[in-house]
Amino acid sequence: MNSPTRATMLLETPFHSRVADRCKINDWGNWMGYTTPNAYFDVELEYFSIRSTTGVFDLSPMNKYRIQGPDAEAYLNRMATRNISKIGINRVGYTVWCNDAGMVMDDGTIFRLGESDYRLCSYQRAIDWLLWCALGFDVTITDETEDLAALAVQGPTSCTSLTEMGLTDLNTLKPFGMRTYDFEGEKLMVSRTGFTGDLGYEVWVSPEKAETLWDQLFDAGKEYLIKPFGSYALDIARIETGFIQAGVDFVPAEEMVRPGRARSPFELGLSWLVDLEKPLFNGRTALLKEKAKGSRYRFAILNVDGNKPADHSFILKGDRQIGTVTSAAWCPTAKSNIAFAQLEMPEGSIGEEYVAEIYYQRELHWTRLLAPCKVIDGPIFNPKRRRQTPAIPH
Amino acid sequence: MTDFDAIIIGAGHNGLVCASYLAKAGKKVLVLESRAVPGGCAATHEFAPGFQVSSCAQWLYQLSPKVVSDLKLPQHGLAYAAEGLATIALDETGDHLRLQGDSASGGGISSEDQKAYAVFRKKMRKYAKLMKTAYDTRPPKLVEHDFRDKMTFAKLGLGMKLLGKDDMSDLMRLILINIFDVMKETFGSSKLQAAIALDAVIGTPMGPRSPNTVFTYLHRFLGEVLGFEGATQVKGGMGTLGAALSNAATDLGAVVRCNTTVASIDKTHDRVTGVTLSSGECITAKLVVSSADPKTTFKSLLGYHHMEAGLVRRIEQIRFKSGTVKVHLALSGLPTFTGLDQSDLGQRLVIAPSLNALESAFNPLKYDESSERPVMDISMPTIHDPSLAPNGQHVLSAIVQYAPLNPKGGWEALRAPFMTAVIAELARYAPDIASLITAEELLTPADLAATFGMTGGNWHHGELTMDQVLMTRPATGISQYQTGIAGLYLCGAGSHPGGGLMGLAGRNSAQEIIRQGELA
Repeated sequence: MNSPTRATMLLETPFHSRVADRCKINDWGNWMGYTTPNAYFDVELEYFSIRSTTGVFDLSPMNKYRIQGPDAEAYLNRMATRNISKIGINRVGYTVWCNDAGMVMDDGTIFRLGESDYRLCSYQRAIDWLLWCALGFDVTITDETEDLAALAVQGPTSCTSLTEMGLTDLNTLKPFGMRTYDFEGEKLMVSRTGFTGDLGYEVWVSPEKAETLWDQLFDAGKEYLIKPFGSYALDIARIETGFIQAGVDFVPAEEMVRPGRARSPFELGLSWLVDLEKPLFNGRTALLKEKAKGSRYRFAILNVDGNKPADHSFILKGDRQIGTVTSAAWCPTAKSNIAFAQLEMPEGSIGEEYVAEIYYQRELHWTRLLAPCKVIDGPIFNPKRRRQTPAIPH
Repeated sequence: MTDFDAIIIGAGHNGLVCASYLAKAGKKVLVLESRAVPGGCAATHEFAPGFQVSSCAQWLYQLSPKVVSDLKLPQHGLAYAAEGLATIALDETGDHLRLQGDSASGGGISSEDQKAYAVFRKKMRKYAKLMKTAYDTRPPKLVEHDFRDKMTFAKLGLGMKLLGKDDMSDLMRLILINIFDVMKETFGSSKLQAAIALDAVIGTPMGPRSPNTVFTYLHRFLGEVLGFEGATQVKGGMGTLGAALSNAATDLGAVVRCNTTVASIDKTHDRVTGVTLSSGECITAKLVVSSADPKTTFKSLLGYHHMEAGLVRRIEQIRFKSGTVKVHLALSGLPTFTGLDQSDLGQRLVIAPSLNALESAFNPLKYDESSERPVMDISMPTIHDPSLAPNGQHVLSAIVQYAPLNPKGGWEALRAPFMTAVIAELARYAPDIASLITAEELLTPADLAATFGMTGGNWHHGELTMDQVLMTRPATGISQYQTGIAGLYLCGAGSHPGGGLMGLAGRNSAQEIIRQGELA
């Protein structure tokens, strides 16, 4: 189990003093052993800071692993499904990694810091697997989770807020690019990455400089209506933009207890991340077989009628249950009711129409709602500003 | 076009058996052996001028009779110097215990123990017969619902049923406990208890109180249902078996190349394509079948960086410990064992005074130290086969336990003192032994590992424990001789059903390769 038990004292992130100060409603959650706000003041307003101004999220608990050495590239190519060789220096790549059965263990981002120097950011703890993968490779793996504090700065005015703070010419940074700046006598790394599907950046500093970063950023962003946001708001944003999450939309393969509950990248709609041309990577043999034989499930984004989120719903085709919902939210900007579903093959083609069986409760009274839904082609929210370079100033 | 249908890595007995069956099926087979002679652990060498000894294994007690007849080994030179030897548990005062077939005599053994011994062996034979059902074929997998595997399970299930209710539940109880407890509840004589327990721990890094030792006992006992009643001594030393297997393979059309070291197993994206030799020569084949142990095969020859990480993890987790040493003594004349008739010197002699003595000998191994008072299984091959030594002189060969692979301070420091301890122990039973020694050789687990290419010096190519047998041998997912890597198979003792000069791993593997139609 990755999550500590309730009896374990939760850790504080390097931003804790600032986060706690702003967490007006005192609603905290446990993220990988760290205490982090579910919400700061109002989930919807926090969400709208991401979509309309600048939202700030403390992502320090993300697991960060440094991979260095002559075999670093070969190592990552063997571990991850995509072709790591295509990630240039100062570029970032999103990938998943599988076990030998071709089932997804986790997803994450790989930052190429130098010729043979990478940083892997993962949602799950991964050191054990990373070390097993290192056998036979000339690499060193270092857990840097506690050595690096990070903020996600997301939203249309995020570039302006950060530029105002002193990150000059940040607007020229391309999506999935990264750059370092001098900051308070140390290095600050900024990457144009995020989990919101909007224009946005992630800023990485040493834990010692975390509070200074927070203070300077909020000072600089004041004019641009900068606000912190918690995990509830992030969840709406990521569903709106089509991002899946480990432990929610799939069971990390090596934590699976019941046979058949894990999912392959193909079954999670991530075939674009799988490079079967690579000579070797964990899960390749199994994925080749799956490709030939066909997958068991298909990942589908559903646009559901009405405004009741289809949380944990069954998806019906006529009388037959053909799948279940893993994530669902009413998405305010897209003004759509979105659900991620795992549908049994061959269901789930774009445009197919099904019924979501939604249960909700009002004052102890349960209501069953049969909401028509339709498989849509890609995320409902995908603004131009997310990709435009130079980033548009606000 | 490939150079061969199959390349077998290693001309050990399993490699040669596999090669022979494949060649018999009409396949073009090449066997590559890094040593100068074929046979692997079935080897004879000259350890002192004029003195020959079986280098590794000294007794034959479970070679599959099916393999012997299928490959016509007697026609290819396999001959026995002695068969059906008794086991004599030595006693310092000369009151030795003699075990022959189902009878136990001497050593002050009670009539109850004598009866119990026959009953015990009858029961063990029933269990070993059941085990043979599983040993004779590839191990069944649990999850794939393969028809053949279901048949194996059905046979095993039926075999369990046929044991009868009492014996079945007793097997379930015994199989996971240890030989110490079984001996204590079965016999009164400590000499008898220890003589049996020695068979359970020999070749393992376990003591009599270690779990799994009932299983290892049954593994050894298998020979009894294969037709061996007691130990057999091969004429000319165990190398004769190696040579016979090599001759059989050659006769069937396989090519056996000695002094040829495989440097790596070659692999493209999707399959293994052949091997590269240390000379740089590349040889291609449709299949590479490795009789090397799994760690040597995957780590040293294929390379972990050519494999998916889950398999690497499973290989890395296999335990290969050993506590077994081989001692060879050249003797100027026959030693006198107190109270032992000269005519019995050619029997299998064991030194294991009591269960506690065995356990005490084992204890230091846990801390990478050696026994102060080692236990041993002794053969004097020159009694039945005088050709092994100059006229009137003799060879004493002993499998001795326990000494670690990497002792604290290294083998350089331990070699002399451990040899002294072995000779001191022998001298308690044969007081004149030291005066007769003209040459000596000690093969440590490290020596055995280096000479025979066995990781850890473990002669089973991976410890025989309940978590490392059947569908988890050598590791889950690769238990049916296939490795999950196209073109690469296993046929060594690291695969089901494990080590000892049995030949079943080689035979089962060949049958599986043929059944899979890989070479059709």
